Amino acid sequence: MEIKLILNGRQVVGHVDADTVLLDFLREKGCLSVKRGCDTSNCGLCTVLMDGKPILSCSTLAVRADGHEVFTLEGLQGEAADFIGFIADQGADQCGFCNPGFVMNTIALLRENPDPTDEEIRAFLAGNLCRCSGYDGQLRGIRNYLNSRGR
Amino acid sequence: MITIQNYVRAQSLEEAWSLNQKRQNRILGGMLWLRLGKGSIHTAIDLCNLGLNGIEENDTEFRIGAMVTLRDLELHDGLNAYTRGAVRNAVKDIVGVQFRNMATVGGSIWGRFGFSDVLTVFLGLDTYAELYKGGMVPLETFVSMKKDNDILVRLIVKKAPARIVYTAMRNQRTDFPVIACAVSQLGGEYRAAIGARPARAMVIRDEQGLLSDGITAESAKAFAEYTAKKAPTENNVRGSAAYRTHLIRVLTQRSVLELGGI
Repeated sequence: MEIKLILNGRQVVGHVDADTVLLDFLREKGCLSVKRGCDTSNCGLCTVLMDGKPILSCSTLAVRADGHEVFTLEGLQGEAADFIGFIADQGADQCGFCNPGFVMNTIALLRENPDPTDEEIRAFLAGNLCRCSGYDGQLRGIRNYLNSRGR
Repeated sequence: MITIQNYVRAQSLEEAWSLNQKRQNRILGGMLWLRLGKGSIHTAIDLCNLGLNGIEENDTEFRIGAMVTLRDLELHDGLNAYTRGAVRNAVKDIVGVQFRNMATVGGSIWGRFGFSDVLTVFLGLDTYAELYKGGMVPLETFVSMKKDNDILVRLIVKKAPARIVYTAMRNQRTDFPVIACAVSQLGGEYRAAIGARPARAMVIRDEQGLLSDGITAESAKAFAEYTAKKAPTENNVRGSAAYRTHLIRVLTQRSVLELGGI
């Protein structure tokens, strides 16, 4: 099946099977920030933005992206650059495998709620699992980023 | 693992219904649960082009399309004002924001899943399932119906004078509930919808009038005891039947007290 979508600001045409998931399509297109983690819709590693909303690309059929706009971290590096530095400063990037999903969902959070409380950050990022660094580092990184922005 | 041979964006409910009459074809919801299954789907039927992704509100009811996501429920001001945040409370701990941006009301309700927070909270309200061929069916009736090849088009929530409180117990914040509990007063009737027993949710009405003279600490306790006796529970990996029965008692009592402002 042929699909057309806007990927990271550029029109892309692809041929996929009916059961190809968006994650595999995106990685074929070179978006290697999109990772397969749990593959059961629980861990958030594969988070991308479709029409501005964070979704799990491991559980989205590529054909459902036809006619839509998709952003991966490759297309949002400018927007992400600042707070990625704050997360790294806390050592919360450790192995880095879960980072792209965390960053994508943090972008979605800050677009929806530019000044979240710690509880709102925790709630919004509850669907992102980190296997090695825990969660306090990410929270501190985002909080420090928000504090620095406020100054 | 599920495999899909063909994918169709239905252009009408009639087309979707016709395709859905074949045993190997399936309607897609959010695909989150379906994808974890096994087997082969000949044609996956997508309802995304049928305008079922919105919540309409008028003076008498909410009309919730089958393709509305759980995140849409969470963020809908009218629905959450009417339920005083109960709908938001019911969905806010379901996995994560990304998951809730995908999971649909239609998928949650059609599945009649035992663990469903969504089914439980809507059973606490005056809710109807609008089926393409079967017409309007009270949600409480729909829950007990055998799955067939009809299509769930919308949920209709009537704006009866209502107060509702939703609570659930989870072992971890984003896990399935061990028990889900929606206690409400609809008109003059009190009811408790109990889900994750772990069987599908059921409604228990205050048939003995335990709350008819008003909510007090004693009447709340009595209704909680009554509800716990009427709701069968079973064991599973998340909790024993006895623990679940205890939780029903505690959550129902707390919810009734909250309903009464105590």
